[in-house]
Amino acid sequence: MDLQNQQRVKDAADKYGAENLVVILGSSDAEGAEIYAETVTNGDPTFAGPLAGVPLGLAVYNIFEQDIREEADASIWEEQISMMEMVLDTEALANAVKGVREQYGKYTL
Amino acid sequence: MAHVAIRGYSYCLNHTPELGLHYGNTPYMERKSHGETEFIKKLPDHVQSFDEACCYPPNQVYIGGMDLDALVDHPAPMYLNRLKNAPRFGKFGEIMPENEFLGLMDICDVFDLIWLDETFASDVSGALAKHPVMNQKVLSRLEKGHASSEIEEEVSKHGALPLYFQGKIAGCCRKGHDVDESLSAHVLLENIASKAGSVLALLHLLKSTELAPGDVDYVIECSEEAAGDMNQRGGGNFAKAVAEIAGCTSASGYDVRSFCAAPVNAMIAGAAQVASGARPNVVVLAGGAIPKLFMNSRDHVKKGMPALEDCLGNFAILLDPDDGTCPVMRLDALGKHSVGAGSSPQAITSALVLEPLQKLGLTFSDVDKFAAELQIPEITVPAGAGDVPVANFKMIAALAVMKGQLTKEEMPAFVKQKGIPGFAHTQGHIPSGVPFIGHACEAIAEGKYRRVMIIGKGSLFLARLTNLSDGASFIIEPGTGSSRQQGVTREDVREILLEALSELSKGLTG
Repeated sequence: MDLQNQQRVKDAADKYGAENLVVILGSSDAEGAEIYAETVTNGDPTFAGPLAGVPLGLAVYNIFEQDIREEADASIWEEQISMMEMVLDTEALANAVKGVREQYGKYTL
Repeated sequence: MAHVAIRGYSYCLNHTPELGLHYGNTPYMERKSHGETEFIKKLPDHVQSFDEACCYPPNQVYIGGMDLDALVDHPAPMYLNRLKNAPRFGKFGEIMPENEFLGLMDICDVFDLIWLDETFASDVSGALAKHPVMNQKVLSRLEKGHASSEIEEEVSKHGALPLYFQGKIAGCCRKGHDVDESLSAHVLLENIASKAGSVLALLHLLKSTELAPGDVDYVIECSEEAAGDMNQRGGGNFAKAVAEIAGCTSASGYDVRSFCAAPVNAMIAGAAQVASGARPNVVVLAGGAIPKLFMNSRDHVKKGMPALEDCLGNFAILLDPDDGTCPVMRLDALGKHSVGAGSSPQAITSALVLEPLQKLGLTFSDVDKFAAELQIPEITVPAGAGDVPVANFKMIAALAVMKGQLTKEEMPAFVKQKGIPGFAHTQGHIPSGVPFIGHACEAIAEGKYRRVMIIGKGSLFLARLTNLSDGASFIIEPGTGSSRQQGVTREDVREILLEALSELSKGLTG
């Protein structure tokens, strides 16, 4: 996760409280999604950004996880997301983020 | 006239690993922030030699030395299954070695910014003298060089950046101003390298099309660099600077910018000028981007593979009126990613692929090949970015399913049939559709394809001015000779009048 986005997440957690923040990832790559999820839960694994050594434990989800899908308006989902469901390995992405959340997350929806 | 001929094309690579090791953004920022780290120490061991770069199949496909279809069946990983004794020159251009490229940068420098070591300059002068597209006028611009002590002083005391060949200092790039960051040695180095790449592609284009330099009317440049000073950081203009070195004295030009979507936008801008009759011909060209050299090398080093991002990419394309002998760009069905279109992949694919087809009453199956982002997968997959070309073809296939033109089960076959393998370096603007134009035009001329679509996409949000991205697309088809059908001549009017009078006379007498 680039340094600017790490700072934005950190600022939002400071302002609203980590328990009030949900991070939704749209990464198309499972390995990348895991790194993003780890960054906002256990801290930046590359130790390069503002979240290095900052285990926020945020509630992080992949957009394709059922919990998020249920929150979305069906027509907007159809218009914005449904095409990518056919393109990406949605199960692998959802499982990748879920695994990291269960390991390092302190909060859930 | 809505069709414009693609009269010629050239594609070149500049194998510049030492520019990459020192000034590619990833190693440069690592060194600047953390010093000589393990990554920096290991990176040189992962660099390919010039011969290895020549024998790397995607590089040969880029310069037209290998058929695109042969790449599909080539065993992976391609860096372990290189070609044997592949030549430096292909039918579209060449892979230029770093010493000659540093010489070409000096040739392209008109402000005494590049200084070459005198021994190096003498060696490179001999090499460039044998080069098939260099002429005496171009070669005469190469300096005799400076004593190594002068270069050392310029680097140590005056902020010049050293240039390396085979690990030794071969010259330097000097700064253009004491305090202006837009004229720092670093910025000028990137700009002169981009300019030199464009010049090389233009010289190859002039040779392959047999167009005299003086007959080039207009040049549109579409790289990702910004030329200017502190009062106008992106003032421009690369196009005229390139045309000047290539001896295109009748040409003028300008630059088009839109991140990776710039080449497709520039093609449309050039074609529109030809189609309107405003210009008899336009050359669209771009040089490469030093910052992107070794961009993903951290992952390549980590995974024990060659750091493949060692080449700058360049291209030049000549557009002129459609006389029926060359493939053409269609201007009546352009893809445009409008401000209000939305930024989801679905919205972008609809705007760039579906809408132009609908405009012509065509379906996805009417296009033989789609070419969007054509990065070499062996570069991007280890870095976690996936196979970018395949991702694009899957999106097009998925949209076809949503529109009822394909079943979900047919998607893999569609991707295989309509897609092409990635063969372009991760140079930003370079992979975005345009590298396919050469291969596509050859295949259209042979009757192998009847229609292809070129798609450019750009990440505008990187500049922090907008969250939008950009995109544009166009279709290439066989030529129709539309320019010959343009307008009504005096003879045409005479014939119509005679015909009408004859009809009238028949009516009166009958």
